[in-house]
Amino acid sequence: MSQADVTGLGLTMFRISSWLKSPKPYLMVTGFMLLLATWYFTVEVWKLPRFQDMPGITEVFSEWFSKDPYYGLSIYTPEYYKHILISLRRIAYAFCLATVLGVPLGLFLGWSKTIRDFIFPLFEVFRPIPVLAWVPLAIIMFSGSETPVIFLTFLASFFATTLNTMLGVESIDESYSRAAYCLGASRWQTFKHVVVPGAMPYIFTGLQISIGVAWFSLVAGEMVSGQYGLGYLINTAYMMIEYPKIIIGMITLGVIGYSTSALVRLAGDYMMQWRVRELALGDN
Amino acid sequence: MNMIGEEMQPGLSKGAIRIEDVVKIYDPDGAAVMAVDHCSIDIPAGEICMIVGPSGCGKTTLLNAIAGFHGVTSGHIYLDNELLCSPEKPQAEPGSDRIVVFQNGALFPWKTNIDNIAFGPLMAGKLGKKEIYEKARSMMADAGLSGTENSYPGEVSSGLRRRVEIVRALMNDPKVLLFDEPYRALDSLTKSVMHEALLDIYYKNKVTIFFITHDLEEAIFLGHRLIIMTSRPCKPKKIVDVDIPHPRDYSVLTSPRFREIMNEAKGVVNEEAKKAFDAGEREG
Repeated sequence: MSQADVTGLGLTMFRISSWLKSPKPYLMVTGFMLLLATWYFTVEVWKLPRFQDMPGITEVFSEWFSKDPYYGLSIYTPEYYKHILISLRRIAYAFCLATVLGVPLGLFLGWSKTIRDFIFPLFEVFRPIPVLAWVPLAIIMFSGSETPVIFLTFLASFFATTLNTMLGVESIDESYSRAAYCLGASRWQTFKHVVVPGAMPYIFTGLQISIGVAWFSLVAGEMVSGQYGLGYLINTAYMMIEYPKIIIGMITLGVIGYSTSALVRLAGDYMMQWRVRELALGDN
Repeated sequence: MNMIGEEMQPGLSKGAIRIEDVVKIYDPDGAAVMAVDHCSIDIPAGEICMIVGPSGCGKTTLLNAIAGFHGVTSGHIYLDNELLCSPEKPQAEPGSDRIVVFQNGALFPWKTNIDNIAFGPLMAGKLGKKEIYEKARSMMADAGLSGTENSYPGEVSSGLRRRVEIVRALMNDPKVLLFDEPYRALDSLTKSVMHEALLDIYYKNKVTIFFITHDLEEAIFLGHRLIIMTSRPCKPKKIVDVDIPHPRDYSVLTSPRFREIMNEAKGVVNEEAKKAFDAGEREG
């Protein structure tokens, strides 16, 4: 097979088919089954102490897929999708903003020593402050219920993206920029053709982390401020003693969080064909 | 361009390097380390000049000064009687008249082979895109690289990668090619193929070659002249003329004259290697 002819899609198909032939998918299914079985037996069959108040698997799933849910939330109620969409919208705003600001900032931090000496110390002080510590300030600084949540979500993402992008620039082998200068490239051309693509693998690692911490901070934000959203759903369900809704919210978060992560990875593969092909070659 | 059977390429008027009394002292943490010690070398245009010496002796320092990656402490370097660097202007401007072929290869892994090759002229912006790619394609064909245009460097063998890198340099009509032990990582079979390919490319293109190596066989097979360097600080210790006529092929390796030159050079090289070893220089 000539590697040059393999397109992104073909490669994805090839990966999926070889994945299906490996033991991986079957181990994965077994893992899930084990978890669900543990849940079922501990809560519903053995009724272990401290587990008796937990919602059981049958209760949760029958509620989730019920046309007439007891607690008013299932895949048939519009409210369920409203929670999802609102959370997704906040993630989209925060993640995009963090990417649009974080990637260029990270590139310049890595590229220019002056900019780094100027901004990086500030960065190092702000970065370890947990998102939750920002909650009061976010509520004071921003009006309404929406912007504080988006701000909190943005914050963690922004640090992850910027930092990884900066590391990406620093990771680039010096010979690449030297080669570019040798070949007559200007400083700006070198930035565009060497620094940006060279940092790309780290940038996408950063974006993977960024989307993960975005969900983390989103739920934290939604629990203290804002209306609707999966974090809000979980929190209010807890207050109202509607325990199955908590589990529905949690599983939904898991599935959607994973999907957004996979989307970011897919975008990375699409933008870094060279890397996908190199790695694919390494696997064979 | 015609093949030449004699010592040097006659009538070649560009690409003469004159290194005059160059000193380079590193001062990383107060303890001055002399890497190059009053070194003078005269390389006529069109010569393949092999700089031979133990690893870590400061050969690369000399190459970096010519390329413009760092400056000299004192002394002058001229290219065709034009000053590259001197104490007043310690660092030469890197440019496409002197192109480095790096030790570990510096093809941009995020660009396809043909995009790598087209890089220099594209940056210079003097020719149209179509023209550049036509030239790239024909140069690749000449170097036996047809069919790998749209592969990424990571997808082709290391031998092919080296060839792509040389073609990338030649696209810019450089006066000088600077090789920094480019074949050290290759196995000996690939190496011998690469040597013949390099000579083939040299016969077709009028360039001066400044080639750093610690492999004596490689040095004698390729070079018009060996400049054997002392271990750190480095300066020429002995100059050996290789009076085996070009074009050469691998039969040269078993010729009596080759053995004679080998014997002549080997004693000097070993002496320096031993000194370097005793001085605790690592063989890296």
